Amino acid sequence: MRNLGPILTVVAAILVIWYGAAVKMNAKWVYDQAARAGAEVSTSQLLRETMAQERPVLPAPHQVAKGLWQGVAGQKITSKRSLVFHGWVTLSATLAGFALGAAAGLLLAIGIVHSRAMDMSVMPWAIASQTIPILAIAPMVIVVLASLGIKGLLPKAIIAAYLSFFPVLVGMVKGLRAPDAMQLDLMRTYNANRAETFWKLRLPSSMPYLFASLKVGIAAALVGTIVAELPAGATQGLGARLLSGSYYGQTIQIWAALFAAATLAAGLVVAVGAIERVVLRKMGMAA
Amino acid sequence: MKLLMFALAFWLGASLFNSWLAARFSHRRWAQLFVPALFGVTLLVLWEGVVAGFAISPVILPAPSAIVARFAQSTALLWGDFAQTILKGALAGYLLGCGAAIVTAIVIDRSPFLQRGLMPVGNFVAALPIVGIAPILVMWFGFDWQSKAAVVVLMVFFPVLVNMVAGLKATDPLQRDLMKTYSASYRDTLFKLRLPAAMPFLFNGLKIATTLALIGAIVAEFFGSPTRGMGFRISTAVGQLDMPLVWSEIAVAALAGSGFFGAMALLERLVTFWHPSQRAR
Repeated sequence: MRNLGPILTVVAAILVIWYGAAVKMNAKWVYDQAARAGAEVSTSQLLRETMAQERPVLPAPHQVAKGLWQGVAGQKITSKRSLVFHGWVTLSATLAGFALGAAAGLLLAIGIVHSRAMDMSVMPWAIASQTIPILAIAPMVIVVLASLGIKGLLPKAIIAAYLSFFPVLVGMVKGLRAPDAMQLDLMRTYNANRAETFWKLRLPSSMPYLFASLKVGIAAALVGTIVAELPAGATQGLGARLLSGSYYGQTIQIWAALFAAATLAAGLVVAVGAIERVVLRKMGMAA
Repeated sequence: MKLLMFALAFWLGASLFNSWLAARFSHRRWAQLFVPALFGVTLLVLWEGVVAGFAISPVILPAPSAIVARFAQSTALLWGDFAQTILKGALAGYLLGCGAAIVTAIVIDRSPFLQRGLMPVGNFVAALPIVGIAPILVMWFGFDWQSKAAVVVLMVFFPVLVNMVAGLKATDPLQRDLMKTYSASYRDTLFKLRLPAAMPFLFNGLKIATTLALIGAIVAEFFGSPTRGMGFRISTAVGQLDMPLVWSEIAVAALAGSGFFGAMALLERLVTFWHPSQRAR
């Protein structure tokens, strides 16, 4: 809690800068309106009008908060305008993709740790695959799968899975190799076979690495899902909300969707952190 | 069908050969290059064989040979898109964003208060879907490469900042005390001890940022762009079902991404040649 003061100061500074920028960036519209009406704009009037526009260049923080509140609490959650509805669509695809990606990363890591041929041939390509801006092909994957008749949750989940498998793979390879030679030798003196070494030594000692990479992976899965919702045709989800907002110039809607996505990301990371604490404490590894 | 059989046989033979090589020569330099290369070739052969064998429509998945043919045919177009997206958008944004992050890290390094306040916020923002801010920036900075560069700046800033701040803390008290006994000023300590010690961390962030820069520049074009650029070409070619062209753009993106990453890795080896992770090989 020692950090609370500095964090609040920084957040307050950001809010002040934001309000200042909102006045400055929205002022042109106010001046244009006034010039058309042939009126002068006083400072107080300028302040009031820059913060209450329908489609501001930069909405003021309280406008975004209001948009967010209306999206979350002001609608029925089945309504197409409800952020809860869109958030749920995004969240379900994210979780499905994350589960797929984490499982794939885990299995590949186990294979790589146990087979030298896999280590030598798969690992360089897994690393190379991440230098490819994979999000760029998200729209193509969506369109191709739609033409095969696969729609809805699965295509988005595939992209989310692709983005989340890599951090899990790298973290788990490191984690499964974390036991040092002494510990492995001890297992050998017990005459433990490979499976026993895996379950009783390698897997438990990889847990801290696993959770660190799961946190990165779930944030990546959310980004993947949102980008997968961008291509034309998607009408549900936070990504679609961003896109329709940008088409119709509804800036408040964009910012509200953005903050909903940010809250979702933070919530997911915090949730993984909570599971981590419980699991590590049960295993006697709590920090 | 013959092609599919050949591909399967090739796959089987290559994997057996690979595991034999890995078991016997895993510490030789040539084997470390040859094994993954053969694995990559195997994937391509298998891809070609599956597409030809099951007669998959090129609208769904074109064969590698078709992609290569389209690539060779439209190099001028691909080069124009590459220049617009990578050279203008991604590179400009990358330089600006990384430069700003390094300067910010050095500035807030002097103030523990700012560090305690900014770092949690920075870590939080680094986990956010920053790509989502692309439509707003396209609205502010227009359709051309400036808005793409702005997206890239925001995407690379926080990973580099977090790594650089960690790097500036990487010196141990013994080394700092030594500088103090030399009566070194803040500047001397910064340039002779702490910046060099921060380099391994900085390059870690810079390497992560290369991919983010390409993603930012390409995805930002989905929200509006002039009639060139890789993101624009991908989204329009998908609409025309010209999949070989889409895959050619992806190949360009992959080559650019790997090249960019490789360049940073090379620079890292030149700058941090003293670090254990570079000496180990």
